[in-house]
Amino acid sequence: MGRKLLLENDHIEGIHSYELYRKNGGYRSVEKALKTMTPDAVVEEVKKSGLRGRGGAGFPTGMKWSFLAKPEGVPRYLVCNADESEPGTFKDRYLMERIPHLLIEGMITSSYALGANTGYIYVRGEYFYIIKILEKAISEAYANGWLGKNILGTGYNLDMHVQCGAGAYICGEETALLESLEGKRGNPRIKPPFPAVKGLWECPTVVNNVETIAAVVPIVNDGGEAYAAIGIGKSTGTKLISASGHIKKPGVYEIELGISVEEFIYSDEYCGGILNDKKLKAVVAGGSSVPILPADLILKTANGEKRLMTYESLADGGFAAGTMLGSGGFIVMDESTSIVKNLHTFARFYHHESCGQCSPCREGTGWMEKILHKILDGHGTLADVDLLWDIQRKIEGNTICPLGDAAAWPVASAIRHFRSEFEAYVNNRQSIPDVKYYFHCNNLDAAAAYSSL
Amino acid sequence: MSDSKNISFTPESEALIKNLTKRYPEGKHKSALLPALHIAQAEHDGWLSVPVMDKVAELLNLQPIEVYEVASFYSMYNLKPVGKCLIEVCRTSSCWLRGAEDVVKHIEKRLGIKDGETTADGKYTLKTVECLGSCGTAPMLQIGQTFHENLTLDKVDKILEEWKDATNHSTYLNTDTFRKI
Repeated sequence: MGRKLLLENDHIEGIHSYELYRKNGGYRSVEKALKTMTPDAVVEEVKKSGLRGRGGAGFPTGMKWSFLAKPEGVPRYLVCNADESEPGTFKDRYLMERIPHLLIEGMITSSYALGANTGYIYVRGEYFYIIKILEKAISEAYANGWLGKNILGTGYNLDMHVQCGAGAYICGEETALLESLEGKRGNPRIKPPFPAVKGLWECPTVVNNVETIAAVVPIVNDGGEAYAAIGIGKSTGTKLISASGHIKKPGVYEIELGISVEEFIYSDEYCGGILNDKKLKAVVAGGSSVPILPADLILKTANGEKRLMTYESLADGGFAAGTMLGSGGFIVMDESTSIVKNLHTFARFYHHESCGQCSPCREGTGWMEKILHKILDGHGTLADVDLLWDIQRKIEGNTICPLGDAAAWPVASAIRHFRSEFEAYVNNRQSIPDVKYYFHCNNLDAAAAYSSL
Repeated sequence: MSDSKNISFTPESEALIKNLTKRYPEGKHKSALLPALHIAQAEHDGWLSVPVMDKVAELLNLQPIEVYEVASFYSMYNLKPVGKCLIEVCRTSSCWLRGAEDVVKHIEKRLGIKDGETTADGKYTLKTVECLGSCGTAPMLQIGQTFHENLTLDKVDKILEEWKDATNHSTYLNTDTFRKI
């Protein structure tokens, strides 16, 4: 069994309540930080831990914190990004629903480290029942002296609020999130200036993902070095993986970074293998935006080495033969899956979610969806596949925020690794796994003939 | 500007919206707009008419355009009337892999409407939506604040049945969702 740092007490019935959370060691990191450490010492531990942003970008958290500007007399803010919207990702929801106080505790300890006196947790609107859970947890934290004025008699003041979104994937991008938190449309800002200098209401701001902030708790409790001792190289600590698709046991798993992809998919401790014992066809390993990889390349790198669940191993081979750990949204597809149809759901998603500021993204995502729709409708041509390739190439790198890249990569990788399926769709008006089904529905004799091939 | 004089909020909702502005520094009350629109929508049959948006602008001391441009950006604000039961079915990858298309087709057949339409009796609206973060329990649909997960067609039938005689609109939030300061 791998070590668990965030979900260690997940099995305890009622751990969402303040009483049980506290009884099981909750809020120790706040006591330790506020009473025995300087804010800089907390930042130092986070740096030592090697913790990287768990929302998807993987940027070193300690470094992000050290960029925070500290002009005299200007308030600083910590904003938690709980706008979890990357398709395939549901770990933050799980964490906030099951152990809400872990996030509140992490927010307090982190705010202290950053010298912030107000914190906001921006939760996607669809998670309204989670907002209620967090509001209750915050009330309990206030009632027990963990929030408010003069916390633990140390003179440190902190207020915390939950902010709701209203349905917009783009608000997971940190500057769009800040715009939304200011009561505006979620249009990403041009960087620089970065939020660390000019963030919420033009004040220095750190925006961190739910899981990142929660990880600060074990880091402060046990020390950055203990955290860094888990994992391999620059992939330290544990990661929550959201596993979905054609697997026997979908769910959220906390893994030690460094286990093999094969173990994660097939071991009973995690996904438990492919649903109905079918064959593995492809995996999207880190949320919808990361490149899709076929079974052989997700299990082993192009060099034949075992692929590991780390930032580096998943990226081994670049975009030609690798992918990214991203948000840890692990979507598994069995042999019956039509890659073209799955890609259409992604293309439709990005078209729907583009904020519309940059032409390449606003127009390009729509074109890609329409072309894929045309191919699925049986009217595609081989030139359309080339056109798709051309459009994604012209979106990538040409937009203010990474949504353009996120929309381009799934298209590029699907064509790169599964071009024959696109061509089969164009030539046969159906995808390969669909042929059998199509015959089955329309012509039983033909289906029988096809099955005997 | 439309006539928002006929639009009223309950005193509780008005007080709540005012209370929400306390979460932000002096002069930054515009931040309360997103939650305020949710409250307004919940109180006005699940959608935001122009007079309702104007009333929100008035309560928060904003220009109406500041409210319209936000309301039209976010997918959870309905700018036209919806049925009592707004069914939002997730259709993105993980849900699609586990049968979301069948769920949508089943509901369309049962209710005799297409995606985006409302039944003639005003009871149900069907809307397909993008990833709701419930991929491990796919397929799923959301009604108000409730996630209905690991759906089977039987389960879908039961959910539809539960809403048959509903008198109130489904809402994302209750009056006690937000903590009062």
